[in-house]
Amino acid sequence: MLIEFFQLLRGAGVKTTITEWLDLLQALEQRVIFADVDQFYHMSRMILVKDERFYDRFDRAFAAYVERVKNTDIAESIPKEWLEDALKREFSAEDKEKIKQLGSLDELLKTFQERLQEQQERHQGGSKWIGTGGTSPFGAYGYHPGGIRVGQQGNRNRSAAKVWDKREFSDLDDEAQLEQRGFQIALRNLRQFARTGAPTELDIDATLTATARQGGLLDLQWQAERHNAIKLLLLIDVGGSMDDHVYQVEQLFTALKNEFRHLELFYFHNCPYEGLWRTNRRRRSEQVPTEQVIQTYGEDYKLVLVGDATMGPYEIAYPGGSVEHWNEEPGEVWLRRLLKKFANAVWLNPQPSSHWRYYPSIQMLHEIMQGRMQPLTLAGLQRATELIK
Amino acid sequence: MAFRSTDSYIVSEQLASAVNAAVTLQKPLLLKGEPGTGKTRLAQELATSLGTNLIQWSIKSTTKAQQGLYEYDAVSRLRDSQLGSDKVHDISNYIRPGKLWQAFTAEQRPVLLIDEIDKADIEFPNDLLHELDQMAFHVYETGEHIEAKQRPIVLITSNNEKALPDAFLRRCFFHFIQFPDEDTLAQIAQVHFPDLQQKLLNEALGMFFELRHTPGLKKKPSTSELLDWLRLLLAEDISAQQLAESRQRQSAMPLTGALLKHEQDVELIERLRRVN
Repeated sequence: MLIEFFQLLRGAGVKTTITEWLDLLQALEQRVIFADVDQFYHMSRMILVKDERFYDRFDRAFAAYVERVKNTDIAESIPKEWLEDALKREFSAEDKEKIKQLGSLDELLKTFQERLQEQQERHQGGSKWIGTGGTSPFGAYGYHPGGIRVGQQGNRNRSAAKVWDKREFSDLDDEAQLEQRGFQIALRNLRQFARTGAPTELDIDATLTATARQGGLLDLQWQAERHNAIKLLLLIDVGGSMDDHVYQVEQLFTALKNEFRHLELFYFHNCPYEGLWRTNRRRRSEQVPTEQVIQTYGEDYKLVLVGDATMGPYEIAYPGGSVEHWNEEPGEVWLRRLLKKFANAVWLNPQPSSHWRYYPSIQMLHEIMQGRMQPLTLAGLQRATELIK
Repeated sequence: MAFRSTDSYIVSEQLASAVNAAVTLQKPLLLKGEPGTGKTRLAQELATSLGTNLIQWSIKSTTKAQQGLYEYDAVSRLRDSQLGSDKVHDISNYIRPGKLWQAFTAEQRPVLLIDEIDKADIEFPNDLLHELDQMAFHVYETGEHIEAKQRPIVLITSNNEKALPDAFLRRCFFHFIQFPDEDTLAQIAQVHFPDLQQKLLNEALGMFFELRHTPGLKKKPSTSELLDWLRLLLAEDISAQQLAESRQRQSAMPLTGALLKHEQDVELIERLRRVN
């Protein structure tokens, strides 16, 4: 019977192995727990899942499994705040515009509800939900590819809440946007140690060799400390539509600053043109010519651009396309110059990748970057570090 | 034996059953969770409840797996050789047993805590795979073979600074300690401060959870910070009424320094209060 459970888990993307499954069987054999589905849930999770990021997937697979074994009850209602948060996070400036065009938020939420209907029916068999649709403005709880959790105002009295149905760990899933610590872990991929600076560490191997050569008289040898030798040129888009992503970019910047000693930071707006600036406050007065930046930093620098790439296509393709000033040459030309000098380059985009195809400008930049654009998530950052390694 | 909450330590049912399963099935238990949720404390309580010793191995960024097995003190031997000591002829005088060695050879089945394993180098857990699996290792200098008399109860904590290798994870059980809910937290507070008035506690917990749920905090206050704060409230003799008043008037919370550790967080809270 548990073979099916095991396969469901693997199918849901929970990385679990036969060894772990055998451990679970052993635990059952030893009667660590007995005939209690809640206990079985906790124990199988403890034995089969080794990363809290997979808890949510496990919860979903577990629910599906229990569903097969017996019909589950309705899940506990989800606090409204979750829904609001999720919506706020999900909506970009453009979406907010669209909402205005659509007339009202209600309209949009209705669309949401319809879209989620299918999931609801598959999960719940469709029969229990009659009557709840009218009371809830948001439709039923379920899973949406974009990660929105939508509130479910069911009848609490009729049901016992099931732990796995609460899905408390959905925030921890892999593609979820990350905190600074998470960024830092991902950035550790990008380490290249080299010894530079004053020799302050005892070099034991060299000391041994030298001592032996001296016939046993101690001859101490010193070496420099190891440091991360990776050099980064970081260009960050500021202002405009980037305001929605300030927090995320701030987290990324803190993580980068902690990890890399050689970090050069410049700002641009929407697309890099002939001038970049170091401090945002003095962007008008203290611009650095992009040409100079290209000349100053060596080819060993890795170029990381951070921006939502959400703009009018003319801002990339035409002279004078910039929204802020008259640019003699189009942004594309400048971007290509940067890429020619810095071959190891990647563009990090705080926009969720599921939105990319709706923006022509993102596709254009994606093409100019030769596909090296990644979303600003843990998984995206990990792929990005591979790209510029 | 079953491990459960004691007079001085509150443990959630899930965690208790995880610990019990790990003890019964003799597997290492890996614990993760927000800082300040009592991961290290658990090991101490488990050792006390089993009436056995706790062997604590705190990992630092420079810790090597070998140090947990044994260390060969070449420098002492070199010094002794120059001083002409007799000890120098027996190499075992310079082998210093590490924490794993101590745990393997203990008379009574001990609790071995490998604390903050993620602090060490990324390869560290891999270097311990065999030792934790077989509970045995070889001392090359003396040719000795050290084998566990009985498998120690191994608890491992991680703060998630580094991803642990899959091969290592496969050999462990895993439990993610969630932040306790309000009831559990009230129990914990009662255990630590038996004299605390119910009214003050309710008021303080209300404020604490309000603070924790503030979006955008850099570091959410944890259980241990709540306990510090309660201790301060008691020391300063602040009454439930005073707390309630400051909450109503939206004025600054008393003694926030114990709860908020980031300057930006303090500013954020201040700003929110002014807006309200």
